[in-house]
Amino acid sequence: MDVTKLLSIMLGAVLVNNFIFSQFLGICPFMGVSKKVDTAVGMGLAVTFVMGLASAICWPINEFLLVNKAIYGEGPNLSFMQTIVYILVIASLVQFVEMFLKKSVPSLYESLGIFLPLITTNCAVLGAVLLNTQNSYNFIESVVYGVTGGLGFLLAIFLFASVRERLEFSECPKSFEGFPIALVTAGLIALCFMGFSGLKVW
Amino acid sequence: MNVKKQFYEGLLTQNPVLVQLLGMCSTLAITTTLFNGIGMGISVLVILTCSNIFISLLRNVIPNKIRIACYIVVIATFVTLVDLLLQAFVPALADSLGVFIPLIVVNCIILGRAEAFASKNGIAAAAIDGIAQGVGYTIVLIILCFFRELLGNGTILGGLFEVNATGNLVFGLGTAGGIRVIPEGIPALGLILPVGGFLTLGVFIAVMQWALNRPKKAEKEGAAN
Repeated sequence: MDVTKLLSIMLGAVLVNNFIFSQFLGICPFMGVSKKVDTAVGMGLAVTFVMGLASAICWPINEFLLVNKAIYGEGPNLSFMQTIVYILVIASLVQFVEMFLKKSVPSLYESLGIFLPLITTNCAVLGAVLLNTQNSYNFIESVVYGVTGGLGFLLAIFLFASVRERLEFSECPKSFEGFPIALVTAGLIALCFMGFSGLKVW
Repeated sequence: MNVKKQFYEGLLTQNPVLVQLLGMCSTLAITTTLFNGIGMGISVLVILTCSNIFISLLRNVIPNKIRIACYIVVIATFVTLVDLLLQAFVPALADSLGVFIPLIVVNCIILGRAEAFASKNGIAAAAIDGIAQGVGYTIVLIILCFFRELLGNGTILGGLFEVNATGNLVFGLGTAGGIRVIPEGIPALGLILPVGGFLTLGVFIAVMQWALNRPKKAEKEGAAN
C-alpha cells in the first residue's frame, strides 16, 4: 500500500481540496445547519459516517456489478447506471443511520431534525462517491477519501458555525442580514483555505 | 392555473436561488464562464420540467412513505439521460461541468419542486412550474456568470465567442476564450475562484432582498438589475 498516496489523499480532502471551500459540494447543509456549533458538529459527524460507509459500499458494487470485466468482457457495461445506483445506496444508508440514531442517540436525532433525511441530497456524499469512481481509487483509497472528505466537511462547518454564532450579535446593513452576510463570511473563510493550495506531501 | 403568476414567482418572488436559497452548490461552482452557466441552466431546466411532469403523473400512485426515494429515482433517470446526451452531442460542456452533471440528482431545486409543487398539482401546472423555476435558475446563473467572468477574468461570452487573430468574431462552442473587455492584469482573479463565488452570490442576494423589500412601484427596477 502506497502510504504517501494515502497521505496526500487525506491532506487533499481535508484542507487543499476541501469539499466546501474549494469544490463547492455540500453547501446546502453547510448553510442550513450552521447556526449552532453543537448541531453543526453532529451534522458533520453524521455526514462523515455516511460518506465513509457510502464509499465503502459503492466501491464493490461498482467494481463487481457495474463494470466487472468477467461479466461484460470488453464490450459496453452498466457504468451508465452509476448515478442511479449510488443515490439509491446513499438513500438507504441515510435511512439506516436515521433509524439507528433514533434508537440509540435520541438527543442528536432530535437536534438534527429535518436535516438528517436531507443528507441524502447532500451533494458532498454523492460527489465523494462519484469522484472515487472518476479518479479510479481502489477500495482503501476510496474509504480514506470518503472519511477524510467528511472530516474536511466537519472542520468547515465547525469553523463556520463558530463564526456565525458571533455574527448574530453584530450589526450589518439591512439588506445583508441573514443569508447574504453568511455567504460573505463563508467567502472569507474560503479565502483562508486558499492558503492551503499548493500544499503537497512528498 | 395562473401561468403569469407562476412565471412571476419563478423569476422573482419565489426565485429558486435568490429567495428559496436552493441549489447553491452548482450555482457557486460552475458560474465561471457564460458557456457553463447556460449549459447548466438548460440542463436543469429540461430535467426539472421532465421530472415535474412525471411526478405529477405518478402523484396518485406513489405511496406517501417512500415518496422521496421514488422522486429521486425519477430524477436520477432523467439526469442520466441528459448526462449521456451531453457526452454524445456537446462533449465540451460535459468536460467543463464534469461531476456537476450527475450531481444534478441532488440539486435541491428539483427535489424541492417535486415535493412542494408537482406532487400536489396537475400535469400542465407542474410543467409550467418546471419551466418557470428552470428559467429563473438559468437567469440567475447567467447574471452571476456575466459578472464573475467580467470582473474576474476581464472577458464576456466565454466559451461561446472570441475575436480571432484577424479581428473577426468567431463562434467556438466550449473552446472560445471570450471577448476581452478589461485588459489583462487588471481583473481580480479571486472572483472566478471559490471566494468570488460566495461573495458574488452574497451581494446578489443582498441586492435582491433590498429590491423585494422596497415599495411596490420599485419592483420592476429590481428585476432589471
